[in-house]
Amino acid sequence: MSSNQPTLRAHSLTCIRGERILFAGLSFEVVSGEWLHVRGENGIGKTSLLRILAGLSKPAVGSIDWNNCSIEADPSEYHRNLLFLGHRDSLKEDLTAQENLEIATALDGVQVSADEVLHALHRFGLRGREDLPVNCLSAGQKRRVLLARLLLRQAKLWILDEPFNALDVHAVEMLSELISEHIMAGGMAVMTSHQEIPMPNGRAVQL
Amino acid sequence: MNALIAVIRRDLLLVTRRKAEVLTILFFFMIVTSLFPLGIGADTALLRKIAPGVIWVAALLSTMLGLQRLFASDFADGTLEQMALSPTPLALLVGGKITAHWLVCGLPLVLLAPVIGIQFDLDASTLGVFILALLIGTPILSLIGAIGAALTLGVRGGGVLLSLLVLPLYIPVLIFGAGAVYAQSVGLDITGYFSVLGALLVLSLFFAPWATTAAVRIAIE
Amino acid sequence: MSNTSSNRIIHWFKFSSPATFYPLAGKLIPFFWVLTVLFGIAGLWVSFFVAPVDAVQGQGYRIIFVHVPASWMSMFIYIVMAVWAGLGLVFNTRLSAMMAQALAPTGALMAFLSLWTGAFWGKPMWGAWWVWDARLTSELILLFLYLGFMALQASIDDPRRADKAGAILALVGVVNVPIIYFSVKWWNTLHQGASVSITKAPAMAHTMLWGMLLMALCFWMYSIAIALMRVRTIILERESHSDWVRTLEEVK
Repeated sequence: MSSNQPTLRAHSLTCIRGERILFAGLSFEVVSGEWLHVRGENGIGKTSLLRILAGLSKPAVGSIDWNNCSIEADPSEYHRNLLFLGHRDSLKEDLTAQENLEIATALDGVQVSADEVLHALHRFGLRGREDLPVNCLSAGQKRRVLLARLLLRQAKLWILDEPFNALDVHAVEMLSELISEHIMAGGMAVMTSHQEIPMPNGRAVQL
Repeated sequence: MNALIAVIRRDLLLVTRRKAEVLTILFFFMIVTSLFPLGIGADTALLRKIAPGVIWVAALLSTMLGLQRLFASDFADGTLEQMALSPTPLALLVGGKITAHWLVCGLPLVLLAPVIGIQFDLDASTLGVFILALLIGTPILSLIGAIGAALTLGVRGGGVLLSLLVLPLYIPVLIFGAGAVYAQSVGLDITGYFSVLGALLVLSLFFAPWATTAAVRIAIE
Repeated sequence: MSNTSSNRIIHWFKFSSPATFYPLAGKLIPFFWVLTVLFGIAGLWVSFFVAPVDAVQGQGYRIIFVHVPASWMSMFIYIVMAVWAGLGLVFNTRLSAMMAQALAPTGALMAFLSLWTGAFWGKPMWGAWWVWDARLTSELILLFLYLGFMALQASIDDPRRADKAGAILALVGVVNVPIIYFSVKWWNTLHQGASVSITKAPAMAHTMLWGMLLMALCFWMYSIAIALMRVRTIILERESHSDWVRTLEEVK
């Protein structure tokens, strides 16, 4: 067994939605320092796959292992190392960006100081906006709050569903940089995206 | 523990940003109880007799209204699924949300009830029993109601469906809660009523969070 | 040795697939209808001709032979429904959940029947169409529980989610039914008490007991027959996309 290299392994995943079989017998592995690009047309099941990987839904057939241990056996441990961002913003509109991040990190079991939160927000261009309720921010700014969350969280595995949506060019650069840093530091990511993601160490899975 | 406190703090914070939502529920409680004397007549003896039932029913209905906000907004903006992905067990976080819900929708009813009780000419000892009964009963209402709220997440006709599901389950609390107050007002022994209420509270504390969590996971899937 | 037992196990799970259960149910249905008619004839005969006239209540009391069995069945079906739903939740089997869905309307019908016959019984006895006594009130609440279950399943579009949500509701309900019954009984005891009991001597003549048991069996067979018919329809609806359904005679 190799050193403490975190690994995500999917075995023969089959997903059925309503009457359709979206995908069957899907197996792959993602190791530390790699990222996986899930490709396919709209409606083909990319989001379903990501949600299954995150443990939100159960596959009809198949299993997922994190570090050789089924994610169902020890979900807490898996969640500690996982950050999932779906289509929705996952932010409370009535709370400020700062409050949202403080609460999200507390829920994630991560200790951060208020300064670190502010620093992260500033890095993503939200200086002066930290104290506004999130519903006063633009769509792009809301996504940047999520970028700050990625930074603060330090989870090993990132599962991101269309992370580049609603981002302007500058923010796309920031996110790419963030993901690259994460991969270089030994992290892992599974992402869907319509665009090509020009980052090294990537593999693709076509649904 | 940290996560649990964070969830409770978060929900309370959200209430302070939208005070109107909760205040309207309390106004509803007050208005509904006032409807009865208006509909029935202001005969004090009659009012004293119907007060336990009327105020309890109003408390049930008010709790029902408040249940809709328990999970719906978190479900809609995706924060509920983030909670499901937290290292802290979801059942604990759900328990935290229910606690916050009770603090916001249940406890105020407990504090308001004596004021309304005075409108119905209840005496001091009866009011005391009323407060105690509501103090034990309203958490049960929040716990059982949470199951219904989770089951009807994102479902068409959610609000009314929630009432249909939850009100039959509320009936034991209503019977024993109102029964205790009525017994006190006519000088009967109340210990039996409170033992049952206590038992119902313990039972719901054990089972309701699990059922609610299972229902939340089904909704998120 | 282990071969035969594993064969038996395989046999059992074979019928947990809708495709194999469908024809099996089809074969069983006429059998249960026959039993329904047989028990019904026997029960009605005992109820009308063998059981004596009640000293106090006259001939009108005979409606008890419908009311009591209907009450028993409404309770029994709820428990069976909850068991099926629970199995469906634990083992993730579609057929168990479909059985629960099929049973609910029949259970609701039994509860409704019990309420109406209770009213018809009560009117000559107590002088009112509705009396808030323990049994009738519990029966009313049970009807609400059935309606809630059916409404929840009808409101959720995704069938699997409807199955699981319904299962949780049914399990919560089944735990609550004794609590509700106990509460309502405490609240008011006007009904005739438990006049039919296995352990203590019945307060009624033996023939009356037989009448009720036979009618109960009749309702039970009826419920099974109807539930099997209904589950076949549900199977057709939910599995309509699969090959074996398309090849059926009925569908073509």
